[in-house]
Formats: sequence, structure tokens, C-alpha cells
Amino acid sequence: MDAAAVQVDNLVKSYGAHPAVRGLSLRVERGELLALLGPNGAGKTTTIEICEGFRRADSGQVRVLGLDPIADARALRPRVGVMLQEGVGAYTGARTSELLRLFASYAANPLDTDELLARVGLQDSARQQVRRLSGGQKQRLSLALALVGRPELVFLDEPTAGMDPHARRATWDLIRELRRDGVSVVLTTHHLDEAEQLADRVTVVDSGQVVAAGTPAELTSSGAEGQIRFRAAAGLRLDSLQVALPVGAQASEPQRGQYLVVGEINPQLLATLTAWCAAQGVLAEQLSVERRSLEDVFLELTGRQLRT
Amino acid sequence: MTTTYVPAPAASSTGRMLAAQTRMELRLLFRNGEQVGLTLIIPLLLEFFFNLPLLYSLNGRRIDFVVPSILALAVMSAAFTGLAIGTGFERKYAVLKRLGATALPRSVLLWAKTLAVLGLEVIQTLLICLFAVVLGWHPHGDPVTVVLLMALGTIAFGGLGLLVAGTLRAEVTLAAANLLWLVLLFCGGIAIPLDKYPHGVHQVLQFLPSAAMSDGLHRVLQHGAQLPVAPLITLVLWAAVALPAATRWFRWE
Ligand SMILES: Nc1ncnc2c1ncn2[C@@H]1O[C@H](COP(=O)(O)OP(=O)(O)O)[C@@H](O)[C@H]1O
Ligand SMILES: [Mg+2]
Repeated sequence: MDAAAVQVDNLVKSYGAHPAVRGLSLRVERGELLALLGPNGAGKTTTIEICEGFRRADSGQVRVLGLDPIADARALRPRVGVMLQEGVGAYTGARTSELLRLFASYAANPLDTDELLARVGLQDSARQQVRRLSGGQKQRLSLALALVGRPELVFLDEPTAGMDPHARRATWDLIRELRRDGVSVVLTTHHLDEAEQLADRVTVVDSGQVVAAGTPAELTSSGAEGQIRFRAAAGLRLDSLQVALPVGAQASEPQRGQYLVVGEINPQLLATLTAWCAAQGVLAEQLSVERRSLEDVFLELTGRQLRT
Repeated sequence: MTTTYVPAPAASSTGRMLAAQTRMELRLLFRNGEQVGLTLIIPLLLEFFFNLPLLYSLNGRRIDFVVPSILALAVMSAAFTGLAIGTGFERKYAVLKRLGATALPRSVLLWAKTLAVLGLEVIQTLLICLFAVVLGWHPHGDPVTVVLLMALGTIAFGGLGLLVAGTLRAEVTLAAANLLWLVLLFCGGIAIPLDKYPHGVHQVLQFLPSAAMSDGLHRVLQHGAQLPVAPLITLVLWAAVALPAATRWFRWE
């Protein structure tokens, strides 16, 4: 059996008297995409940089591909791709394509650099000096640099920070392709939609501790009530709807003509509701399904907003 | 065809990495205007001006004194000042950190930097000597000894440059490397012969690495000496202190 892609147990790290990570544990299986989700200052970068071998843990166990990030660095480097948070972190006087080719030369079986540049949308900036790239372009180059050596595990620290919505979506597609091709991925983000969209599993961190972990669906549905709202003629008789609804779901008309169904939201519930409307000859307008989002989960767990 | 990311991780050969890295280092050196000015243009300008009888008078052919000085200056500019400033800013901008996360071993990175500096010195030496011939230079002495002196000077100065770059902030490195360049130029036996200084001062200054290299090069190229023992030993000592110190205290971030 292969060791896990990443295994962190009880990780502790302080900067002077300031604790950054306080007993954090997580596990990433091979081929899995884990999102480390948390607000700024939660300890995501610290955790990831310890996994990358840049920093030494105060205590706790860290294994990456079954190896020690510092003692076995030589063996790990070629197998792990890294995207740092603070930008490209590479020769700013080099041209984009030169830099990618340089990183390709470190690997025995690199990706085709022209193809990869085109894939991250930098084909038109190939001859541009790295220092003249925009923030989002630098991020995309940084991603290409992490991937060019065909690693089996990549750490992406806030991969879409500074990207416009279009580039962000394209980057999501690329990250999905990585996962499809069997690359293990650890990414950090403070964007909930990013975690919800991409991750097999999400570890929510706050103040250096794990406050929740699970699949996006588990996190948003565990004990989670959602609600369906719609508008229709005032004063509909709801008893027959209530009978049709599953146990625990509740229908009401909080304001005249505005209806609310609260309960565990799933496709059956929605089907039951619309079937009832059809039987009554009622056209439900402005029907909206509101499931609990990771945002709500985070707010509940920490009492704080993710985005500050 | 769509790209496939199916993992196939493996480091390439040391030789390939070293070649690619050295090429990149050299390319960046020549693309950087300040580096080109410091290592190529200023030495040639000084070669021209020191050859004019402005600051002091000399016995014998002036250019025969000037060329060894300028060669010493070129080594100091490339191996100390240029290397220190370049490396200092690479450290500041997390280049070294980022490279630390690749399959490129640190030893290969350091070798590439060394080879790039040596390549630069070859070009410097060619330009300086060609210009000197135009100015009427008559070299004496054994070229092998000259290469030995310059190589030892490169190691000593390179070690000092990396020590400064690896321990101080990039801005401090920039100031310190430029200041030391000036100090060593005028008080380290390059621009002004040390025997123009009072005897006691001369006795101290001759142990500076620039003075040792400059003195050794003068003995060989100007006076045709065989093996300038004292300068060679001085340079070996500087190298023996600077390199281990740089290895010991160099911080990559
Ligand atoms: N090099 C450092 N020195 C001192 N404190 C740091 C350093 N890096 C991070 N911190 C502190 O540690 C905490 C966690 O930071 P970080 O790991 O960067 O969080 P995140 O990536 O989740 O934003 C923050 O309070 C931050 O200020
Ligand atoms: Mg961070």
C-alpha cells in the first residue's frame, strides 16, 4: 500500500510567542484534492510550508508521500510541485518562456513547455519579462512552474489570488484536470466557492486549529437545514402539502403570498413540493432553494465571516 | 491534443541542470544593465583613465602597471560585488526559496553561479587585454600563474560575496558591496599602489584580498616573477575563511 499523499498529526508551530498552528491534523489520500479553507492568518501557509520542508514544526508528525519533508527533501523535491503564496518567486529578469524551460530542465520527463504556457493562457506573454507580468499572470506562471515537472503531489497556496473571474475559472478547470489525471492536490483558499467547486474534501481551519472536516456535501448538509421559498396567491391551504412532505419538513406562509418550506433539502423534497403545486394548479413564482453554504458553516463554527 | 498531467516525476541529470542553470545565470547577468556597467564598462573606463598620468606618476610603462590592477578589479567586481548584489536580491525576492523547492540541488545552483562568474571573467579578461594591447601593453610572466591567482581571487571574493548576501538584507548588501568595492579599489592596492601609502599602513593593507591579488598579478605580469608566494598564501587563507563562513551562515530566505 502506498502511504498517504500527506499525513499531518498534531502539528504545532509558533513564531516566537505567537502560535500559528495549534495541534492541526489532516490526511490527504493519493489522487485526492484537499482544500485547506480558512480566513487570513488561520495558519494555512504555515502548515503547507512545513509540508514543503521550508519550515520546521515545533512538534507533531508530518509525512509527505510517506517521507519526511526536511530529512528526505532530496527524494521529495522532484515528486512535489509547489506554488508559493508570495508570487512567482523566481528570476524577475527572465522571460516567461525561459523560466518555464529552466524549470523543465530540472525534470527528466517534463511537460511540453509551449503547450503548458498556452494551457495557462500565457502564450502571448512568452517573451515578456516576468517582472512585467500582471499579478494574475504571475499566478498562472507560478502554477505552470509547479506542474512542468509532472509531480505526483502539488501544493497550491491560494492559486487563484489576484486572478480575474475568467482566469479563475480557467484555473479551476486546470486543477480539475490534475485531479482527473491522478495528481494529489492540496490547495489553500479563503474562497468558499473554490473549496466547494474543487475539493474532494475540505479541512476548515481557524486560529491554527481544524474546526471542521469532510466532503463539501457533508459539511453543508450535516444536520443542516435548508429552505425553499416561493411566491404564490395568498392563503393557500397548506395541510395537504404538510401531509405530503417528509417528516421534519415544515411548510408555512410567513407573509401573505410568501411561502417557506424548511427541512433537509434534497431533490425529493423539491419534487414533492412542485408536484403539490401542480395538483393545486398553483404557479410557484420566484422559487428559490437555499441550502446551507460553507459560508454559513464557517460562520456557525467560528462566529466570524471568512472574508475579512 | 490536450495536455495530460499523469505524474511522471523524476529529476533530470546533474549535467543538464548545471548547463541550463549556468546559461540562465549568464543570460541574466548580461541582461542586467547595472551588472554590465559594474563588471565590463567601468573596468574598461578605468583602464583608460588610470593609463593617463593624472593621480600620480609611475616609473616604467604605465599600462604595464594598469593592466594587472584592472584584472584584479574585474575579478573583485564580478565575484564579490556583482555576485553579492545579485544573490542578495534573489534572496529578497524568494528566488532562492522557490528554487529550493525544485529538484535543483543547492550544490548545482552554487556551481552554476560559480561557472557564470568564471564565464563573465573570461569575457572581462579578453576585453581588458585586447584594449590593453591597443594601449601598448607588454605582458610578462606565466599565464598559468595569472589564471591561478585570478581563480583563487574568485573563490575568496565569491565566498565573501555570498557571506554578505546570505546574512544581510538585500538593501544593506547593495550598500555594503558597493562601499567595499570603492574602499578596496582605492585602499586595497588596485587604483593606488600600496607603496604610495605610509609604511605601517602598507604593511596592514597588503593582507586585503584585493591587494594580494593585485600584488600577485603585478609581480607576474609587470615584473615576470615566477610564483608570487605571499599573495597566493594570502588568497588561500581568505578563501579558507570565507567559503566555510558563507556555507555556515548563508540563509536561503
Ligand atoms: N514568518 C512569520 N513570522 C511571524 N509570524 C508569522 C510568520 N508567518 C505567519 N505568521 C503569523 O502566523 C499566523 C498564521 O499565518 P499563515 O500561516 O500565513 O496564515 P494563512 O496562510 O492562513 O493566512 C498569522 O497570525 C501570521 O501573522
Ligand atoms: Mg497564506
